[in-house]
Amino acid sequence: MVDVIRFRDDAANDQPLVSVEALSGQTNATAVRLESDEDARALLPYLNQLALIEVAFPTFRDGRGYSAARILREAGFTGELRAQGDVLVDQIPSMRRCGFDSFIANAPVDQATLDKSLNRYDHVYQPAADAALPVWKLRHG
Amino acid sequence: MYQYDKFDQAIVDARVEEFRDQVNRRINGEMTEDQFKPLRLMNGLYLQLHAYMLRVAIPYGTLSGKQMRMLGHIARKYDRDYGHFTTRQNIQYNWIKLEDTPDILADLASVEMHAIQTSGNCIRNISSDQYAGAAADEVADPRPWAELLRQWSTFHPEFSYLPRKFKIAVIASQEDRAAMRLHDIGLELVMRDGVLGARVFVGGGMGRTPMIAPEIAEFVKADDLLSYLEACLRVYNRYGRRDNAYKARIKILIHELGADEYRRQVAEEFAHVKTLGIDPPLAELERISAYFAPPAYEQGLSDEIDRSNPAFAHWVDQNVKAHKQPGYAIVNISLKPVGGIPGDASSDQIDLMADLAEKYGFDELRVTHAQNIVLPFVAKRDLFTVWQALDAAGIANANLDLVTDIIACPGLDYCSLANARSIPVAQKIAERFADAERQRDIGELKLKISGCINACGHHHAGHIGILGVDKKGVENYQLTLGGSGAEDVSIGKITGPGFDEDGIVDAVERAVEKYRAVRVEGERFIDTYRRVGADSFKEAIYG
Amino acid sequence: MKILTGNDLKTGDVIWWTGKSWSRHIGEAVDAGDNGEAVLAEESAAQRVNAAYIVDAAASPNGPLPLHIKDRVRAAGPTVRADLGINPDVPIVKG
Repeated sequence: MVDVIRFRDDAANDQPLVSVEALSGQTNATAVRLESDEDARALLPYLNQLALIEVAFPTFRDGRGYSAARILREAGFTGELRAQGDVLVDQIPSMRRCGFDSFIANAPVDQATLDKSLNRYDHVYQPAADAALPVWKLRHG
Repeated sequence: MYQYDKFDQAIVDARVEEFRDQVNRRINGEMTEDQFKPLRLMNGLYLQLHAYMLRVAIPYGTLSGKQMRMLGHIARKYDRDYGHFTTRQNIQYNWIKLEDTPDILADLASVEMHAIQTSGNCIRNISSDQYAGAAADEVADPRPWAELLRQWSTFHPEFSYLPRKFKIAVIASQEDRAAMRLHDIGLELVMRDGVLGARVFVGGGMGRTPMIAPEIAEFVKADDLLSYLEACLRVYNRYGRRDNAYKARIKILIHELGADEYRRQVAEEFAHVKTLGIDPPLAELERISAYFAPPAYEQGLSDEIDRSNPAFAHWVDQNVKAHKQPGYAIVNISLKPVGGIPGDASSDQIDLMADLAEKYGFDELRVTHAQNIVLPFVAKRDLFTVWQALDAAGIANANLDLVTDIIACPGLDYCSLANARSIPVAQKIAERFADAERQRDIGELKLKISGCINACGHHHAGHIGILGVDKKGVENYQLTLGGSGAEDVSIGKITGPGFDEDGIVDAVERAVEKYRAVRVEGERFIDTYRRVGADSFKEAIYG
Repeated sequence: MKILTGNDLKTGDVIWWTGKSWSRHIGEAVDAGDNGEAVLAEESAAQRVNAAYIVDAAASPNGPLPLHIKDRVRAAGPTVRADLGINPDVPIVKG
């Protein structure tokens, strides 16, 4: 059993993940895996049918998935957006801001550390895919 | 200058506690060094050749007397009584204890400073013109724009794991004092139809593959700027190379795509990003700009300077620059004493510079990319007093932009990446050219030394550049000529085979003497080099 | 000979393996022979050293002398600040 850290209330999708390439031939697929070198925009035609998009993080240094997540949320995707791979506990707050709402991390994530880091900052400087208001909005209304 | 409001302060305070928690987890063994390294780097903490090194951000090189004094305090309390001002307008401390770093950051936060993003593959400290707000030739003060970018880039959730580090500079004068086009993004503020906007250059840089940034946008309005930069960064984050760290900077992406294709992709992304509403209202830029209002200048001050002391007169001629306000001047404090370590200042010297800023400089100082300090607002009637105080502290060196005003990275004396020592070479060259009259006769000559190909010493942009390499375990130095980081930007070219430490000093002298022999009236070294060409200099150097 | 170096985790001090523990003085370093990797693994895991590695060195009257200049500077301290070095006897440039 893999540990999924999930920030959603709906039931988890247990459909098998298909590749981006396989998606065009499978009109009933609801879960897809995006590799870090694949174009998130290739998924845009299928967003209505998808309930889960898993984005790969082959190493913690590979930051392409952050852009992928924002692009998918900006396009209106409301399903589960999962970061999988070399996901470090200190990266999860930024990933949350980019729109990820579930995580499967290679190394165990300490829940107390995660809770602390998610609650660390009361303010952010820039809007992203989450609901946090940037400080310029708080300053100017 | 800018002052934090409650939001800015809360964010920096939270960062201190976050890092305290991370350091504790490391010391308690909850994290390995491999896991901790990216976290400490994101906060400017390196493990160098001898110890931990902490790099503290000085946003766009601007700081107050109180902040400067805090830098001295940190050197005294936590380090070995000195700090090193860097080529990116920051300061670094060479002997930091890991267990002290949370307290150091707390001390910094108490004066609105931090070490956020001074390393790591993220958007680094925003650099700018050290004469901003005082320069006679600027169209506007670039610092409000730099502060806007500082806030936007701080903990940017999408751009914290870029393919490689990312450096942005903002200037607002035609004279480029910040090596703007040698940055990943260079912004030049320009006025069009009475509206201030930015010319955007992307894809410059030094390092292994030096490149001059091409213009990607001729004019971006203030209220489009963050969307535009977000588009620039997103294209890079998605398509910049991640297979080879040496090819991961944005300059390589733009070189491989071509500027036109990159521009097209950015325009497409911008059209999308602009719909997201991420640009703050212009009121935010106005709010920030209000902090950079000109100081309360005294009116009617005399422009006369009593030049009866010859040493003072030389210092005025060399280190004091024209100001936009009558009766005032820009003072450059050279941290390049002959035989000293370029960019190093003792705690006492740091304190003195803070004092002088508070007493005679409207409480403001700047750090320059040439590793010097600037007092940007000094009344001319106070110049002699300021000079006397600097002279007593050993930092009245009248050598700004002369051959002994050498930029040098820390090199193998401190840096674990270096292949050769830089500082001893700088010292030997400075000693060779110690004669003040000879220096003045040579005139402007920008000499820059890097101890490895990463080019922190900006050797590619030196009129004379020196690159230290490892030749079978022995330090060896390559000579480059013809670079410039200014508005006449160019990349220096290697002259030929390298030299040992004494040989490189002789080679520099032969190049300089060649210039003196063939220059025509009014020509700087770089002008002569460009006119007569590399070959005759090579002949002079190698015979 | 093979000697071992690393940094003290908390202070960052450069330290050298003495066979039993770690010293700031390279003169006390010993030849780790073929045991280098094993010692580093154990000492790193126990958090007694950080960022440790094996250095090729040669014996000299003052103790082991690293073959590479970078490690000699590491042992001696910055050559431009003799006042800050702790092993000033280490020659930087050979010959």
